[in-house]
Amino acid sequence: MFVATDLNRQNDKIQQRWRILFMVMTLLLILPVLIILLLLIIRGGPMISWTFLFEFPEQGMTAGGIFPALLGTIFLVSVALIASVPLGIAAALYLSEYAGDNWLTRVINLAIINLAGVPSIVHALFGVGAFVIFFGFGTSILAASLTLAIMTLPVVIVATKESLQAVPQAFREACWSMGATRWQTIRRIVIPNAVSGILTGIILEVSRTAGETAPIMFTGAAFFLPFLPESVFDSTMALSLHLYVISTQVPGVPEALPYGVALLLIAIVLVMNAISIAFRVYLRGKKKW
Amino acid sequence: MYNHDKSMETPATGTTNGLAIRTEKLSLWYGTFQALFDVDFDVKQGIITALIGPSGCGKSTLLRCVNRINERLGYVRTEGKVDVMGLNVYAPDVELAQLRKQVGMVFQRPNPLPISIRDNILFGYHLHVPGSKKQPKAEKEQIVEEALRQVLLWDQVKDRLDRKATGLSLEEQQKLCIARLLPVKPAVLLMDEPCSALDPKATEAVEELIWQLRGTYSILIVTHNMAQARRASDECAFMLMGKLVEHTKTEEMFVTPANQQTADYIEGRYG
Repeated sequence: MFVATDLNRQNDKIQQRWRILFMVMTLLLILPVLIILLLLIIRGGPMISWTFLFEFPEQGMTAGGIFPALLGTIFLVSVALIASVPLGIAAALYLSEYAGDNWLTRVINLAIINLAGVPSIVHALFGVGAFVIFFGFGTSILAASLTLAIMTLPVVIVATKESLQAVPQAFREACWSMGATRWQTIRRIVIPNAVSGILTGIILEVSRTAGETAPIMFTGAAFFLPFLPESVFDSTMALSLHLYVISTQVPGVPEALPYGVALLLIAIVLVMNAISIAFRVYLRGKKKW
Repeated sequence: MYNHDKSMETPATGTTNGLAIRTEKLSLWYGTFQALFDVDFDVKQGIITALIGPSGCGKSTLLRCVNRINERLGYVRTEGKVDVMGLNVYAPDVELAQLRKQVGMVFQRPNPLPISIRDNILFGYHLHVPGSKKQPKAEKEQIVEEALRQVLLWDQVKDRLDRKATGLSLEEQQKLCIARLLPVKPAVLLMDEPCSALDPKATEAVEELIWQLRGTYSILIVTHNMAQARRASDECAFMLMGKLVEHTKTEEMFVTPANQQTADYIEGRYG
């Protein structure tokens, strides 16, 4: 009575085929990641040394280290964060906790989605027009970082908004029914429970910002500088642009050098992501409802 | 009872005539849908009044008018009057925080805040008593103990006051949700089906607790559970389609209902 019929066997066979197809597709997905990482480690790994990390480029950028580019990337990311995080979190708090569902809110949400969809080269041109020329910052860390900040603002806003909205509505109602204002509710209950998601969003933003090239190449990142920037009004070298330059613009660069730079760049991004994941796991372990 | 007299002055009340809540010609619309029709409803002080009626009859809506928690939905429009302790809560000079200090609310699903048991009890207290965060620890501990004792929860949780309240059982959570209202001495407690998320044993325990609070607080409780209304209330009001049909002493309503619709409902013939 419960023995498989031909029909059952055929169904099982078809189902197996689909399962294998989907599994192969999924494995294909991780293949490029593995190949990129392996290639970078094999070819660029030997480049990584103290000299490489902490010295200036030499002999027309064909030898020496990449210190000014590494430092420049850290500067660019830091200033971009200082500009975008407070703005992004404030906007997300307003949209999630205060704004009613009206046409203005819908327009703002639409604008944020569209901002996320603008190509980075368009952000770059906007940055040139707005920050370099109109505000007169020149090609500087400030102009480049602000361009990066605007480009990554949607990431911060969306991540923050989502983690705020993941806090159960019942907590807010409980607070309001006891006479708490919106701000008291946000400060005591909503933010403490959303902070892990917000931080994850910020760290994701960092890793994205570190790798961007287009938005900084016209606004503040330089081809080569024999000195370090002294203020945010100086221009700087950056890892991503440096990689582009030594790969395509400079003759006589040893093959391993670009791989070394790429490995460093991807290592920064991966470390950032790992921190973000570890942090999320840690905070999630503390949260129970 | 509590030694925080410096900040806990008795609020000015109007002429109450022994009433905790009084609504006059109260109508309410959610957008274009009218949920309440000219409701005149009196809740006496110090007793338990139960609101019964089928789903969607407006009993929760009526309850939520009393602490004005309905209003955060932008499309709600209210007409008429609601007095709490003799004062109109819809008067323009009413401060919502003060109203909600006087009118505590217990929700259908227990909603303790995701902070420690102690902080849950002190949350409302800190909101309403200026400088209370800097009060000596011993005084705060006493407030916590007193509130938890009143809800018969002290013995179970006294050793784990620093644990998260969200880890308690549902029964304990609901008791905690009642306890956290008490340190600011509300006049009225609103309870919106406080037992419907609980199993029968927990229901019994919470009902028993509500009965204990009778006298100290004026309690308005919405319930789906006919037996609960019968067991655990002094007066009972029946609502149907946004109108108040009948409001009498509980024993009278369940023995000799005056209205045919009431009789049909409590005998399970509604629908």
